Amino acid sequence: MPGKLKAKIVAGRHLPVMDRASDLTDAFVEVKFGNTTFKTDVYPKSLNPQWNSEWFKFEVDDEDLQDEPLQITVLDHDTYSANDAIGKVYIDIDPLLCSEAATVISGWFPIYDTIHGIRGEINVLVKVDLFNDLNRFRQSSCGVKFFCTTSIPRCYRAIMVHGFVEELVVNEDPEYQWIDRIRTPRASNEARQRLISLMSGELQRKIGLKVLEMGGNAVVGYLQCFDLEGESGLVVRAIGTACTLEKLSNPQPPNAAAQHTTANSSPSKDLKEPVFGEECPPNPLSSGPSTPLRAPGFSFSPSKSYSRQSSSSDTDISLTPKTDTRHEAPRATFFLCPSSPLLLLPSDMAPPLPSSSSATLLTPCPLGPEGEPASLPSLEALSELAMLRKSVSFSEDLLLAASGMGSGGSGGKDAGPLKTLLRQQTQTALEQREFPFFTLTSFPPGFLLHVGGVVSARSVKLLDRIHNPDEPETRDAWWEELRQEIKSHAKALGCHAVIGYSESTSICEEVCILSAAGTAAVLSCRLLQDGCLDLVTEHRLSRQPALFPSGSDRVEFDLGSSGSLGRDVSKALLPVCQSARLDYSRIGLDWNQLAASLEAQVASGSQRTAERTGERCEDLAPPGCGFCHIPYDELNMPFPAQLSYCYCCRRAKVPDVLFTTIDLPTDANITGKGCLIQARLCRLKKKGQGEGNATCISSLLPFMEYELHTQLLNKLKLRAMNALFGLRIQISVGENMLVGLASATGVYLSALPSPGGIQIAGKTPGDLSYEQHMSNMQRKINDTINKNRELYHVNPPEAVEELIGSPIPEIRQRSRLFRSHSESSDELSELDLSHGKKDAFVLEIDDTDAVEDIHSLLTDAPTPPGFFSCNTEVMPGINNWTSGLQMFTSVRVFRLSNANLTNQGLNKIFNELCENLLKSLYFKLRSMVPCCLCHLNFAVAVPEDELIQVAVTAVAMSFHRDQIQDSNKSGEDRAPMKVITENEEQLQFPLELSADTTSPQGHNTAKNSGPSDGSTGGLGGRAPSVDYSSFADRCSSWIEQLRVKAHTIRRGSIKTTSSTDRASPLPEGRSRSLRSTRSFPGSSSVTVVKMTPLSFIPGAKITKYLGIINMFFIRETTSLREEGGVSGFLHSFIAEVFAMVRAHVAALGGNAVVSYSMKECVFMENPNKNQAQCLINVSGDAVIFTRETDLEVSSYTQPQTNANTQSNNETNEDTPA
Amino acid sequence: MSVELDVFVGNNTIMDEDVYQLWLDGHAVSDAVRLRMESGALRDCVVSVEVVQSDTMDQFRTFQMCEKLLQSPAKLANQLLFQIPPHKQAMMIERYYQFDNAFAREVLGKKLSKGMKKDLDDISSKTGIGIKSCRRQFDNFKRVFKVVEELKGPLVDNVRHHFLLSDSLAKDYAAIVFFANSRFETGKRKLQYLSFQDFAFCAGQLISYWTIGAVGYSVMEDMDVDLEKEFLHNLKDLKVLINDKDMLDQHKSLVCAQLRGKIKVFNEMEANFKNLSRALVNIAAKLTHTKDVRDLFIDLVEKFIEPCRSDRWSVGDLRLFLTHYTSSAHMLETFRFEPIWDRYMGVIKSCILKMYHD
Repeated sequence: MPGKLKAKIVAGRHLPVMDRASDLTDAFVEVKFGNTTFKTDVYPKSLNPQWNSEWFKFEVDDEDLQDEPLQITVLDHDTYSANDAIGKVYIDIDPLLCSEAATVISGWFPIYDTIHGIRGEINVLVKVDLFNDLNRFRQSSCGVKFFCTTSIPRCYRAIMVHGFVEELVVNEDPEYQWIDRIRTPRASNEARQRLISLMSGELQRKIGLKVLEMGGNAVVGYLQCFDLEGESGLVVRAIGTACTLEKLSNPQPPNAAAQHTTANSSPSKDLKEPVFGEECPPNPLSSGPSTPLRAPGFSFSPSKSYSRQSSSSDTDISLTPKTDTRHEAPRATFFLCPSSPLLLLPSDMAPPLPSSSSATLLTPCPLGPEGEPASLPSLEALSELAMLRKSVSFSEDLLLAASGMGSGGSGGKDAGPLKTLLRQQTQTALEQREFPFFTLTSFPPGFLLHVGGVVSARSVKLLDRIHNPDEPETRDAWWEELRQEIKSHAKALGCHAVIGYSESTSICEEVCILSAAGTAAVLSCRLLQDGCLDLVTEHRLSRQPALFPSGSDRVEFDLGSSGSLGRDVSKALLPVCQSARLDYSRIGLDWNQLAASLEAQVASGSQRTAERTGERCEDLAPPGCGFCHIPYDELNMPFPAQLSYCYCCRRAKVPDVLFTTIDLPTDANITGKGCLIQARLCRLKKKGQGEGNATCISSLLPFMEYELHTQLLNKLKLRAMNALFGLRIQISVGENMLVGLASATGVYLSALPSPGGIQIAGKTPGDLSYEQHMSNMQRKINDTINKNRELYHVNPPEAVEELIGSPIPEIRQRSRLFRSHSESSDELSELDLSHGKKDAFVLEIDDTDAVEDIHSLLTDAPTPPGFFSCNTEVMPGINNWTSGLQMFTSVRVFRLSNANLTNQGLNKIFNELCENLLKSLYFKLRSMVPCCLCHLNFAVAVPEDELIQVAVTAVAMSFHRDQIQDSNKSGEDRAPMKVITENEEQLQFPLELSADTTSPQGHNTAKNSGPSDGSTGGLGGRAPSVDYSSFADRCSSWIEQLRVKAHTIRRGSIKTTSSTDRASPLPEGRSRSLRSTRSFPGSSSVTVVKMTPLSFIPGAKITKYLGIINMFFIRETTSLREEGGVSGFLHSFIAEVFAMVRAHVAALGGNAVVSYSMKECVFMENPNKNQAQCLINVSGDAVIFTRETDLEVSSYTQPQTNANTQSNNETNEDTPA
Repeated sequence: MSVELDVFVGNNTIMDEDVYQLWLDGHAVSDAVRLRMESGALRDCVVSVEVVQSDTMDQFRTFQMCEKLLQSPAKLANQLLFQIPPHKQAMMIERYYQFDNAFAREVLGKKLSKGMKKDLDDISSKTGIGIKSCRRQFDNFKRVFKVVEELKGPLVDNVRHHFLLSDSLAKDYAAIVFFANSRFETGKRKLQYLSFQDFAFCAGQLISYWTIGAVGYSVMEDMDVDLEKEFLHNLKDLKVLINDKDMLDQHKSLVCAQLRGKIKVFNEMEANFKNLSRALVNIAAKLTHTKDVRDLFIDLVEKFIEPCRSDRWSVGDLRLFLTHYTSSAHMLETFRFEPIWDRYMGVIKSCILKMYHD
């Protein structure tokens, strides 16, 4: 299908002087697309030429449109010699191919030269006329939207999440072709830039095709990487999550996906009604047979066949039947889902959307808290009923749900034929999804049911030349292998999905470490649907019930999946420590297994019955803790772990530590704040070649992982926290060392048990001075823990245990044994010995190394006052951001002068390097205090023998200090991760807000008086006073909402702190808006473009996504000293990259880049030759955002009275602000 | 172990005004680090020298990269490399073009040529201003001069527009350009007591009243870097005031009548009137020669200010005298050059008053 690309060259400015004689330039421009080139006239003797050219028109295939960049070259005309190139601009026209994104590219672009950097700017206009594509065998995938953001983009809602997409293209690296010997560095760099641009265009197109085949229209969490394999070639690979997104027509209504706050409060008012009423009347709000509501199929479509090489049309054909089924017999199945919760739940838990049919279903089942045996048959009967009625074709979610229920409830194996059928179906369904992976790190509320833990796999490969670029099977097979392993790890954890999934490589010479990591999880298909349905028209009437996934469903699934999946999988359990498998090609390591083996525990079988009953009367899984509940079967745990009852709901088991690669779910219950936790490690290795080298590396890997894990765990304990989010482990290989860096954000999950202290124990008792030394150290450790408790406001509710008097083991009696790492190779085999009761978390000091380790543990400098840091999207526990925002990149290269370093020495140096870097950042950004460094992303590399390179990209965001104290006072942050954006969005919907009061916590407490009161009970006591104070404020109309809220709560007489959380940011919002206007008085002629690695901009609303920014630059110099040495060179290059990103965003009409990341920063120098070269790859999403202030105003004025609120609420949705 | 490379780049360029000043003052990184550590501004945060060193290096590098843009400030606003909020841009420009009065005083009236550069070392050691800073200031003078020299329209406005400077700084630059262009003598020993601000004030007066732009010709037509030739030529006519004996006497008696009892130095004034009047008128009459224009200030000091000072005139007395000296001329029946006289005396009066101090 053809398209017409039009480009116009308007003007240039600040051009460099090209003619020394006149101090001027005779510039003209070449515009090239594909093989067609146009030229402008020469604009003589000017540094600010005005070409104002005609429209250059290119008639091209849309395949080319996707692959090729528009190439603009500015030259200096020279009559006598060859024209000198001034520089180039590559414009990716992909955003123009998507109807929803930009329509025109227009603006000033920096003219970039790989040798000289930016040399002036050029003003260009680009448009595309696309013709409709009717060809079904097309190779292009125009219109598929790409997002780097790893959550559902803010102004979209997900209709369907299809699953994993991946693609990889391979080519020869121009740098290593013979021709490179005879061409100039500039020509070589440009060839490389162009090739990579082409390759990533092709990659994107191919992924787009896969998405189209799956029926999706977007890729979320798109992660594209380059592997510069040197001699053996150049690999560009990408993974992502295919989705069907729908743009929210009105930017105002809360995006169900992004709007986590509303989601917190799942049980809506009408849901609560039945709780207090005795019976369960059919929900009056739901209108008639609401089947169509459910109907839009939110199913995971099978993705297996898309896994590779979509370009071939064979796959196409093989696919069609599957897709067809999905389309033809789509949503009839849905009855199962809504009905299922009913089945297992006490009658007071009416489902949010009782359709007429489900209501009828309800009647026959004599449900109640009698227990599963009763409920199970009825479930099956019912599902049968439903299926019969609707002649179901199984969509996967249904299957999942059904199977989950079936097997979960089945105490005995007396399931009927239907059940067998269901199980079979499930299995096939699960298997159909070859890789149930999701690159997303945060999910629509209710989507994430359980988190198993981190699963990761690494594999060491020897690179060989890729002979046929068109068939990169080897590279493909490598990744395939790795993914399979990940999948099996996830299975072992009783999980059917891997979320927060990412892949990376580290290459040194011919050795390549491939790494893949994610978080094993159980997802709810149905809840995703719920979350998405909020805007379906009918739902307006029954808005609350539809909007909020009811917790009951969640529990239901919880029960089901943990039962069935866990059990099924346990049969095929992998060896406890996979790292034992040390063949050079593959190293698999399951972090959880490691975690478990480090933490000895005794699973008490006697608790089983207790758990059962707990599960049975479990009507609502509080969203704040549900995800912590173990997905695996307690009796057949894949690894030894210490379980205890959830400290929030007391109804399900939770592990004592939880590691994940995802962002903290927004509705998670946490205590205090989080902080960045890093484990750093260097290991020397012999220089080697070929297989020997690879073997050597792969034998080192498990030890490194083990030690990183140990460090993480120790540091976590030292901070009195119990969970890690956003865990990212990087192991980089150099010629003579391996460097490992694990970063994560530690938090205290209220649902998990409080971490015990750390006790150190010496091996040689008797020596007095030694003892003294030990006790000294012990005191230091205790002090640190206490200090950290204070610093992060981690005050675990100690009172809880007394209140409850439950069979939960005392925290302090928890048994743990911890052996500090020593180099002994029998370490791994010893892991299993750690079963057994000991009295504390013991660090055994058996040699000087261990002493060093503990020292290094304590040397982590605390963050300076006013600073917080995390590597997740936002800091848990902080929710009152200002608009102050500073994204930065910092790079450091250290030279290890002493070649005879020991591992310990090396570790120390590396540790210092990272600490100093952080210190520098804190110092640099001190003017932003109070502030939090978010999304701290460290990248380590070993570019040369004795060099270690650390690159950090993060954003510093300032927040209002006074509010911290507020939240401290209120003790427990109910929904701490709420970002101001969301709060304000929410205020558009006062009624929802009022409904919030019945948020899960309050709900639970109300209902489950007795054992499960726990922490929430204590909280309820404190809350009213807080509530009062906010009443006293009476500053704006949100008071009205509070009043509504107060009204609704009266019955339960319980008030959660969430209301204060929600209400308070508003006045702040005002002052913030003032501040923001103050900070940028006047406007410069250049659009201010914000950049952030986060998916949102605090205090602002993203109104439009303009397309993906994915840029690759090379910069080289032959006059390193003159450019200010390596630092000067890299400094200006990074600044130039920022400038080019900003210029492209501005040209698309945007004013911000979100989800920005620097994927690659390869720096090479040769100081002797006065040369250096650097490659940088950056990506992000170009967006338009608007300050929330305008919206705020409208939200203040709107709901004046209670009576009006509802209608206002309704109209509000329709009228954009 | 050594840090090979250390870079920090923010999307918004981060800069510390104190560090910027240190850079402008021409300190080396090591000096700047020491000064920062000593200054006490960092007392609140516990930082090591390395951290301050790294930060200072980084900012110095940023400033260095910005320097090219600062040299043509208009570019700073529409360049794409650094994202700097407008108010910060303004601060950067203003500070970059700020100069030390002591330095400007040394350079004032000299030709801003390359040869001058050699003298910078002397100036640096004499004034205690860092040599780098001296170079920057000198280059700024030269750059502004070069750009503004050929431009039409009001000098101050030109400076302000082309270099985006504040009013007061633009005026100072106008003075420097004006002095450099007319090459006024300012270096003589007798003029040493005058500060840059004294001269800048005088320059402002000259620019405002004695140039072509001053009399309201079309702004586009000419510039006001040069004094108006015609006016200077006409000044010759004022000679009548001293050449015509009657007029001189009459003038004297008019002034004396006005001032009797009002000034302390009446007797001295009465005795000296003719000399003083002659001095002022002669200065006016000589201004047709470029050489004498250059000597305007030295003449004022030697011929007028010094005699008055030796008679211990107070500033108040001087002001009264000059006021009445000027206005009395209007009462002379045969004196026909009032406009020129006023234009001349207005400037001379304010210049003298400004220059009349120790």
